[in-house]
Amino acid sequence: MIHALLIACIAVVAFPLYFAFVISTQDIQQVVQRPPRLLPSVHALENYVQAWHKAHMGRMLLNSLVMAVTVAVGKIIISMLSAFAVVYFDFRGRMVCFWMIFVTLMLPVPVRLMSTYEVIGTLGWINTYQGLTVPLMASATATFLFRQFYLTIPNELAEAAQLDGAGPMRFLFQFLLPLSWANIAALFVVLFIFGWNQYLWPLLITNTETMRTVVIGLEELIPRSGTELPTWNLIMAGAMMALLPPVAIIIFMQRWFVKGLVESEK
Amino acid sequence: MQRTVFRNRWLPYLLVFPQMAVTVLFFFWPALKSLQLSLYRVSPFGDSMTFVGLANFAKLLGDAEYYRSVLNSFVFSGGVTILAVGGSLFMAALATQKIRGLSVYRTLLLWPYGIAPAVAGIIFLFIFHPTYGILPYFLSFITAYEFNWLLKGWVAMTLVIVSTAWTHLGYNIAFYVAGLLAIPGAVLEAADVDGAGPLRRFASIIFPLISPITFYLVTLNMVFAFFESFGVIDAVTKGGPGDATMIMVYKLYKDGFIGLNLGSSGAQSVILMALVIGLTMLQFRYAEKKVTYR
Repeated sequence: MIHALLIACIAVVAFPLYFAFVISTQDIQQVVQRPPRLLPSVHALENYVQAWHKAHMGRMLLNSLVMAVTVAVGKIIISMLSAFAVVYFDFRGRMVCFWMIFVTLMLPVPVRLMSTYEVIGTLGWINTYQGLTVPLMASATATFLFRQFYLTIPNELAEAAQLDGAGPMRFLFQFLLPLSWANIAALFVVLFIFGWNQYLWPLLITNTETMRTVVIGLEELIPRSGTELPTWNLIMAGAMMALLPPVAIIIFMQRWFVKGLVESEK
Repeated sequence: MQRTVFRNRWLPYLLVFPQMAVTVLFFFWPALKSLQLSLYRVSPFGDSMTFVGLANFAKLLGDAEYYRSVLNSFVFSGGVTILAVGGSLFMAALATQKIRGLSVYRTLLLWPYGIAPAVAGIIFLFIFHPTYGILPYFLSFITAYEFNWLLKGWVAMTLVIVSTAWTHLGYNIAFYVAGLLAIPGAVLEAADVDGAGPLRRFASIIFPLISPITFYLVTLNMVFAFFESFGVIDAVTKGGPGDATMIMVYKLYKDGFIGLNLGSSGAQSVILMALVIGLTMLQFRYAEKKVTYR
């Protein structure tokens, strides 16, 4: 009984994706036929190839990959360093730093939209990879996760390292880093998905086709006027390509994904 | 707990520098700038600024269009939250019954979180498509009502709500599964002994125990729907038909980038800022509660 209900839930949740896949394998007659055809057809390869060329998919997927990886790695490095400073040093302005990081939680992109764009313009970073990635790299949640984790490490470890004559940077790289891999992997999965799925920021910062990420580029495939051919099979092929990398990462790295989600929000 | 063990005069500053630089340059400075802009009238080309006090706010608060966008935002985020939190609680409760295959079920329910709301919106756009979509097609057998989101505002709103909630189910399920698995077995066994049925057990024992998670997820889904849903609106409805799906964030973008009304968009930024600060504070009341239980 419970199994039946669960399978029904899964069917409802999975249907839109299944439907998108089915459409992406049909030719245009099958897409518009009535009653709708809910089984895959044989035109997958040609649709994917055509969508690939029509929308510069290769370039857009590359841009998304660069953006997602750079944002994730950058956030992890920056957060690790600042959490290390806040936990293992006593310096003037420590609490100020801590609160400043905290307040970034309350300043999502939309509330500082125009002015952030202006800053990027002043820096000459519009339509560049650094404009696309650097402003997204401050992360309160990742910093808190590392801070939380460092606080669980017994003080004796740092004392032992000091007795060995290790300076702070050696302690960070030789002692803390090896212990942090599980947290880093978990954060990477969550942040990669965050970066891949950004919409508003790349829409503002990029203004040429060669810099577009796949999530915003897809929108341009949609026929908006009635005179265009309803090439929904190509759009769905594009959508499948855009969603496959993050979805595959969740499925294959589920353990890290769940850890990253649940722990970084504590 | 204080655990200062390293002494170095400049190293800590060097370590926090990258984070601080990004924070000041791209968060604090622009936020202050938005505050400033909200008090000025700026010419469309940005070459002259006149101090106007609270006039931008007064104008917004006297504007019926703005109220509609506020109302739309609450309808949208309320709809997303109810659907995504309610649906995920139901599914997580099912999946954590003592049955085999929890991890398989969890995997099969988690993955939609990987789909960008804009991409999900495009898939649902085709499902809802007035001429080719399968939803209007099947509904046409039941009713003569025309489910055309291009003409009917509420259909467009349903479209963006459903597709956004779909992508957020997986996130909520991950939290609920973790929370439900953390409930001690002894508590549930005691309820069994008392003869409580599964529904009764859920309503009077499980639900109160996980209410902090529910509270947290509700605020988080609200924030998400308010601030991260620009993509789905832009990719699917562009705020239309009319302004039926014009949410506050989309209006801010339109007035600022397309209308070049910098003063008004600054004032809208400030109002949104107040909102997100309120919601984040709410969220942290949950965090505090959780800390005391640990």
